[in-house]
Amino acid sequence: MSLYYLQKLIFHLNRNEHVRQRYEKDFEELIADYPLNEDERKALREPDIGLLYVMGVNGQLLMHYAALRGYEWDEYLQAMRDGVERHGPVRSGLYAMTET
Amino acid sequence: MSLVFAGVCSHAPGITGRYERADKTLREGFHDHMHAMRRRLEAARPDALIVVAAEHFANFFMDNMPAYCLGMADGYEGPVEDEEWLGIARARIPGNAGLAERLVGAVLNDVDVSYAQEWKFDHGVMVPLRFLTPRYDLPVIPANINCQGPPLTPLKRAWKFGESLRRACDAQPERIALIGTGGLSHWPCTPDSGKINEAWDREFLERWVRDDYGGLTGYSDAETYREAGQGGFEIRTFVCVAGATAGSPREVLFYAPIPAFAVGCTVGVVQL
Repeated sequence: MSLYYLQKLIFHLNRNEHVRQRYEKDFEELIADYPLNEDERKALREPDIGLLYVMGVNGQLLMHYAALRGYEWDEYLQAMRDGVERHGPVRSGLYAMTET
Repeated sequence: MSLVFAGVCSHAPGITGRYERADKTLREGFHDHMHAMRRRLEAARPDALIVVAAEHFANFFMDNMPAYCLGMADGYEGPVEDEEWLGIARARIPGNAGLAERLVGAVLNDVDVSYAQEWKFDHGVMVPLRFLTPRYDLPVIPANINCQGPPLTPLKRAWKFGESLRRACDAQPERIALIGTGGLSHWPCTPDSGKINEAWDREFLERWVRDDYGGLTGYSDAETYREAGQGGFEIRTFVCVAGATAGSPREVLFYAPIPAFAVGCTVGVVQL
């Protein structure tokens, strides 16, 4: 798992206009810069917001990635619930669901 | 001069970004009290406003995470988030690098604070400013306490940071205002978003009002996480303001759980 770099990529995307331009131009080239495993690349690509949540991406980062990928607020909350249902409980970090 | 104003408030992005989703009476009550806070702030005629916020990975990441940091620039930009998502248009906010540099120098006597000459404001600063300085005509000095990526600074240190900021402010010729902004109990950015532990919040605010050092700094992180969620770690900002104003009477002007805003919305002021 390379959760740290997965989060770092999203941090850069949220914060840096140039990274966002690279994301729009060539997403594959951008994610190749980060040492991610194939599951993480796939989750970013699809995007599988629920799986990113379960992997442990910090909510303050993921919330904005979901918005960038066109998720409305309710869809984003539902995607996290669906992620837990499909992939099991959050594996790392502080943003675990308290009630299943 | 000295510290001329101090208060605390919430900063959740829903307050401006999802306004229409909240109960009308509650949202209007909260907004009215934020405006009341602005009037008190303006009456204190501050030259600068320190915003002690809980930054959320807008600037600092886990490659280099300061426990405490002050902004030391003559201007800032915000919000870092999508304008439409947050309901706040991007703007340039004035800073005061000279004053910030003096504050950092003074605080370093007590707390190893970092400084940053570049800083983008996220909702944690922009939502309070939207109400408190809507024309962005008051220089702002951002302060960040890491409430996001453990290990986190102990609550007693957050109090100490407040004490130290106060000493630093009192040694400057400028009239300085201070606000702390954060959530009490909340579970933002989780499927439990909207859950609020009202009893825990009210107990915390009672301790804040009665200047209860032991009570405010006595929570363990495990207890806070269990009872108040990961968002509860942001009480450090309120504890900091308590440390900065120890001995002064305090008043909670407004508190109400507003699930659509994902937090118990709070406005509190200190009578300095």
